[in-house]
Amino acid sequence: MTKQIRQLDRVVIRFAGDSGDGMQLTGDRFTSETAQLGNDISTLPNFPAEIRAPAGTLPGVSSFQVHFADYDILTPGDAPNVLVAMNPAALKANLADLPRGADIIVNTDEFTRRNLAKVGYTTSPLDDDSLAGYVVHPVALTSMTVGALAEHEVSKKDAERAKNMFALGLLSWMYSRPYESTLRFLERKFAARPELVAANVAAFRAGWNFGETTDSFSVRYEVKPAKMLPGTYRNITGNAALSLGLVAAGVRSGLPVFLGAYPITPASDILHELSKHKRLGVVTMQAEDEIAAVGAALGASYGGALGVTTTSGPGVALKSETISLAVALELPLVIVDVQRAGPSTGMPTKTEQADLNMALYGRHGEAPVAVIAPKSPSDCFHAALEAARIALTYRTPVILLSDNYVANGSEPWLLPDVESLPDLRVEFASAPNGEDGTTFLPYLRDPETLARPWAVPGTPGLEHRIGGLEKADRTGDISYDPANHDFMVRTRAARIETIPVPDVEVDDPDGDARVLVLGWGSTYGPIGAACRGLRQRGLSVAQAHLRHLAPMPANLGEVLRSYERVVIPEMNLGQLAHVVRAKYLVDAIGYNQVRGLPFTAAELETMLEEVLKNV
Amino acid sequence: MSEPVALKLTAKDFKSDQEVRWCPGCGDYAILAAVQGFMPELNIPRENIVFVSGIGCSSRFPYYMNTYGMHSIHGRAPAIATGLSVSRPDLSVWVVTGDGDALSIGGNHLIHALRRNVNLKILLFNNRIYGLTKGQYSPTSEVGKITKSTPVGSADAPFNPLSLALGAEATFVARTIDSDRKHLQSVLRAAAQHEGSAFVEIYQNCNIFNDGAFDQLKEPATRDDFLIRLEHGQPITFGSDGQFCVVHPPGGFGLEVRETAATPAEEIVVHDATVTDPAYAFALSRLPGLDLRNTPIGVFRSVDRPSYDGVVQEQVATAKAKVTETPEQQLAGLLASGDTWTIL
Repeated sequence: MTKQIRQLDRVVIRFAGDSGDGMQLTGDRFTSETAQLGNDISTLPNFPAEIRAPAGTLPGVSSFQVHFADYDILTPGDAPNVLVAMNPAALKANLADLPRGADIIVNTDEFTRRNLAKVGYTTSPLDDDSLAGYVVHPVALTSMTVGALAEHEVSKKDAERAKNMFALGLLSWMYSRPYESTLRFLERKFAARPELVAANVAAFRAGWNFGETTDSFSVRYEVKPAKMLPGTYRNITGNAALSLGLVAAGVRSGLPVFLGAYPITPASDILHELSKHKRLGVVTMQAEDEIAAVGAALGASYGGALGVTTTSGPGVALKSETISLAVALELPLVIVDVQRAGPSTGMPTKTEQADLNMALYGRHGEAPVAVIAPKSPSDCFHAALEAARIALTYRTPVILLSDNYVANGSEPWLLPDVESLPDLRVEFASAPNGEDGTTFLPYLRDPETLARPWAVPGTPGLEHRIGGLEKADRTGDISYDPANHDFMVRTRAARIETIPVPDVEVDDPDGDARVLVLGWGSTYGPIGAACRGLRQRGLSVAQAHLRHLAPMPANLGEVLRSYERVVIPEMNLGQLAHVVRAKYLVDAIGYNQVRGLPFTAAELETMLEEVLKNV
Repeated sequence: MSEPVALKLTAKDFKSDQEVRWCPGCGDYAILAAVQGFMPELNIPRENIVFVSGIGCSSRFPYYMNTYGMHSIHGRAPAIATGLSVSRPDLSVWVVTGDGDALSIGGNHLIHALRRNVNLKILLFNNRIYGLTKGQYSPTSEVGKITKSTPVGSADAPFNPLSLALGAEATFVARTIDSDRKHLQSVLRAAAQHEGSAFVEIYQNCNIFNDGAFDQLKEPATRDDFLIRLEHGQPITFGSDGQFCVVHPPGGFGLEVRETAATPAEEIVVHDATVTDPAYAFALSRLPGLDLRNTPIGVFRSVDRPSYDGVVQEQVATAKAKVTETPEQQLAGLLASGDTWTIL
């Protein structure tokens, strides 16, 4: 039969199933195929902290949402147009997010009485009229996969497990995706077991062919490539980009990167990634605890490496004392906090921005550090380089506030030219700096950067002692002198406050906006999409986004004061708004949500429209 | 390779310009002098030596050494020193710590440094008291100790630092005493020659808050009868007239002290620090009684195991050996790895 081909400008698909159904991998592959086609993409994985919650239950549902379009997009999409539900739990957990008219592809094999009962369905939603508002495509995914693999030398269990590839094949057909990269991927993944390569490829093709031949799918869709800047792209998650940014910082500084880390969700992937790059001199140490991880990183920095530690909120709390030591020692140190919903263990696989206060203030004594935040998955690369630049140039700890949303989300990344990356080379102290020509003064500062010399062990003639006790200016000797302490505290504050950071840029295309939306970190996409939506409806709104949270851009106060209203959406209870009010005396309005999920563009648009009405 | 040049350093070269600020009569002075006196023997340039300490009286040590040094935070010196040593295998890294610093707040870092066998020389000054905070009991204080924080006596059992280190898979374990300079330096010598973690417990007198804690091991009247001076390859006998010896009783798990006269010579244990099974050194560590009778000093254990630093550096060297591209070329390749696509 001839299938109708319909053009779409954008589609949001959510793959949902049990934790063991391979939904993350399926979503990843679909994303990669979509990237090959040249669509713009944004993805949002959503999975439980439990590795395998009881099969078929609501807590065990894992999903992966991908938004792709023929224009540039900013978010993984508010609501899916298509839900692939591998079992009743996946249907039930995700149905509320679907707009009426959405397509639902269900694996009917899993809609057994037992599985339905597990999630509280008394009758099958496939049989009653509860899905009346949707376009339901019942597909016996498991049995068709097993049937397609009848001639293959694989166990029944392995055959059933290939059902995600059947689903991927079907969706790839439905949206006309190029699938060569998936076939190559399967060959790599199962290289050690050729029978599994064959089985998974066969399952994929069976899914594709099913779409081609069955009557239940009469329409095939196309989404044309987006207009993107010329260059080479890859799809990248925030954690992967951040890791590469740290590797790049090592190359561009000429220093070995030393990562001290303790496994913690959602930061562990950075440890995994960096442990692969020994060829570039990256040393990773899985420490005995969070404190040792930052301690070892600081020890490595003392020895002349780029010391880095990666963690999430609870880990930063444990590292706090050592970060204060790094403030006193004035050594470079990069602390990556991939934020998750807290307090305490909270919701380890869900996102939040509630560590801003801790990053800015969470230390004993006056212990200022630089704080920066990436705005999107690919921006994590550049943010990591910027964190390293500040740490190395100004000899200070820098906290990089990523979060679960950008860390696990992905988007296309225009690969930068290595030569265009910032030059991070540093000069170690090599000779005495005292006026007498023989004395070394470890706390004699560069008048421009206020940084002290980085004199690494092994340098003859510069033997010196540093420590957590207050130091006399210039000599670094232990000092209890009141005036010296006052001076040193103020100097440590000044050396962070005077780090030059770029001005904040305002996006106000109409030029007549009276309301400014200020964001930081991962809310960039949803805020941008909301502003775009308002502007398309003829409303004016300005957007500004902070990358540098300490120090803040010099022009920020002036920018804030030039609007009648400032709105600050945050995934916390108003931490940036609090800083802005205190620092600039601006009556900013907070819009706050802590649901463990990113903002949707639609809710921000609705909220902003209300604000616009009232100015 | 050329012969190493003799640096001709002296103890004076290792004295920093800082005024030493321990209490008069503190055992730390003797240890400092012994270490400064020993350092020239290493024939390592001062700039390649680093002392890292935590918090406590003993942890002021780095300020007084004219080498590189870091006075860090409470308990964390082994962790900080690990990062330094792993990334700078060319350095000689020493950790100075105390019983509270190493065994209480920093216990985790100590045991993990030892199990990894990081190339650190760890000197634990054990005075069985918290001195810098003015006299609270420590994790090595005896049960029932009356201190400011335990007015009716402490209720918790102490650690035996050497037993702990051995349980943590330490490859080099030794004990010495602050006042016996010659012995202290002999132990430092053995520790310095060891590849991997060397754990040295130094009994140190705090004359303010726990004066005389080790007097039995120091007083001429008692010391010879109380101290077991371990010497590799020698039968373990001790006492003013060699009247005591150490045996491994058949059927028992540990070691026991007997009278030499009543013991056949072949039953006396010959000390071997290189025994692979840590049970032997552990049994030695359990010999002392509450009154410090039968306290072995010297090197309990010294066995070979690859150091963490060495293995890590070897992995890096192996990975780098295959590389023909510049770091920039490698980075460019890395950025473009995985599925890429090009827009013209």
